[in-house]
Amino acid sequence: MDPNPLTNDDVADILALLDSLPYDTFDLETPRFRLSLRRTPGGWTQSIQVRSAPEPLAAGGNASAPDEQAGTDEAGPGGKAGPLARQTTTTMSHRGAPDHDDVTSSWSHAGAEEGGRAVDEADGTGGASGSEGEGSQSGERAGQGNGERAGQGDGERAGQGDGELVTVRAPLPGTFYRAPRPGAAPFVEAGSRVGADTVIGIVETMKLMNSVPAGVAGVVAEFCVANAEFAAQGAALLRIRADR
Amino acid sequence: MILRRVLIANRGEIAVRVMRTCRRLGIETVLAVSAADADSVPARLADKTIEITSYLDVDAVMEAATAAGADAVHPGYGFLSENPRLARACEAAGVVFIGPSADVLEAAGDKLAARAHAVAAGLPVLPGGLVRIGATGADGAPGAADAAGLAERIGYPVLVKAAGGGGGRGLRVVRDPAELAGAVAVGSAEAEAAFGDARVYLERYVFPARHVEVQVLGDGENVIHLGDRDCSVQRRYQKLIEEAPAPRLGETLRVGMRTAAVALGLHLKYQGLGTVEFLADAGRSEFWFLEVNARIQVEHPVTEAVTGLDLVAEQIAVAEGRRLWLSQASVRLDGHAIECRINAEDPAAGFRPCPGTVTSAVFPAGPGIRVDTHIQAGSAVPPQYDSLLAKLIVSGASRAEALGRMRGALARCEIGGVATTLPALTALAADGEFAAGGVGTEYLARWLGRETQLVRDKSG
Repeated sequence: MDPNPLTNDDVADILALLDSLPYDTFDLETPRFRLSLRRTPGGWTQSIQVRSAPEPLAAGGNASAPDEQAGTDEAGPGGKAGPLARQTTTTMSHRGAPDHDDVTSSWSHAGAEEGGRAVDEADGTGGASGSEGEGSQSGERAGQGNGERAGQGDGERAGQGDGELVTVRAPLPGTFYRAPRPGAAPFVEAGSRVGADTVIGIVETMKLMNSVPAGVAGVVAEFCVANAEFAAQGAALLRIRADR
Repeated sequence: MILRRVLIANRGEIAVRVMRTCRRLGIETVLAVSAADADSVPARLADKTIEITSYLDVDAVMEAATAAGADAVHPGYGFLSENPRLARACEAAGVVFIGPSADVLEAAGDKLAARAHAVAAGLPVLPGGLVRIGATGADGAPGAADAAGLAERIGYPVLVKAAGGGGGRGLRVVRDPAELAGAVAVGSAEAEAAFGDARVYLERYVFPARHVEVQVLGDGENVIHLGDRDCSVQRRYQKLIEEAPAPRLGETLRVGMRTAAVALGLHLKYQGLGTVEFLADAGRSEFWFLEVNARIQVEHPVTEAVTGLDLVAEQIAVAEGRRLWLSQASVRLDGHAIECRINAEDPAAGFRPCPGTVTSAVFPAGPGIRVDTHIQAGSAVPPQYDSLLAKLIVSGASRAEALGRMRGALARCEIGGVATTLPALTALAADGEFAAGGVGTEYLARWLGRETQLVRDKSG
């Protein structure tokens, strides 16, 4: 089969080879993927970029024609690769010589259909050694502020008539549900009286159900998002006419 | 029968994982993709993709399997992986379901049925039972008991659990008898919402305890175990770090659990890969059956690391109708492995999910390091699916060696664009209590509390 981004064992094999060589960076580039290996003080890092496009099965095709499909698919994985896939560039650079032309070798293996041509796309990645992979994660500790409390209806208030209109916003991006389960009565309807802790709906994000409280006492004025619709983070879910 | 083309009805890292084995075995892969995943890394890696409306739609998956001319469906984990309806639909369509039989899925999926099977197979279970619920229709279920009386007999604290449950939903600890009725009502409503099954049951709440599970593999007749795993480092029943074998367990307990898991597998005539979960009190050398997970699990790589086996290949072999080629005696357990779940969650904000776009993804490489992932620079992390980005699996001859590798490997992980659990994992790897091994399920929450306090003290 054609090159699939490498397995862990493949990467291990390359690393075993590299460990005996003086190179600090290794870039393997094919039309289907790119593998970058970097030697850092703590050890090697890898990053893989899969470049091949998905191959959707022809839509609307007659269901259940496995034999026919099996036939056409014999060319499948191979056909997917095409002649371009035979072109492979490998770049390795030396630790000690950042300025000079790093020890760079490229080769191509001969393809079946077309002789492979070396395409040495000088993309500059083979140069600087060890620039990736040494960052610490400390930066991610920032933002401890714990910012917005989930779903607090402390949004903008628009004075109108008797009470202010308070917008309840989605605490996270996700699917907004007005009822605790399909077919059940909604938590609240337009006209429902709510307290600050009354649950007005659920926003499901990454399998986590987040109950959204009204955040303010009042009467539900209108819904801005329909049931089971997607709501972006901070999107208005509904408005409540707050008690005075 | 020899499988030639498999429809993978899943997404994320497990889709990539299944493809890897399929490719090695010369099996073509057709990946079912939702619109949000049409351009994902798994979609790019599959031989073909086919769009489906939802990973949870049995009919859509079956249509895709037929249209793809697949002779088998691999359901991965989550979604429809333990859905007996999919298993039966596959059978009706003459497609192989890579997983246990529909009957076993039914028995495992209903926690009360699983509990009854465990009892029948001679496994220890926690005192408990089904609760009678007035308003939600589960009233009159056979064997249902009055909650208050049952809880009194069990002894507080008790845990309210959903019979159709899983994933930690519908679980509630009740310490005060006055809170029992409310917890049962809410738990039942939540259970009906999540699983379409309002039945809840009570069990004694063991605290502190460890979550230890045993990997089993069966061909319907022979059942073997592939060692144990410890999954105690969890938060709200979501595992963060798993390891194999379970550290500092004691041989009596270890052998007892492994034997019990095989006994249950034999009782169920288990076919395929499965996990028997236990709660263990290492101090008192006691353990109790929790549930059966009738699928491949997220944490299967730690077992692969210590056994040298490819568990997806074993699943496929059993699905092809082969008998186990392994005997219990031929299973070798060597060394130690630890898995870290790198999730798109912000540990600094209460592990809030962080969907978005990955801008960079650099992982460690080297001996004893394995990374299972479905992300690369540019990958979308859609809000409608779970937050798992990558699994870092480290292994070594000893736990100390694996732990050393874990620290070094975590320091070389760099994911940009979304907040991840990496900072928490890095800090945990440096924590003395985790390093000592054998922490309980209460550990992570306690550790997080301590960390938060430290941050406050420093800033205050």
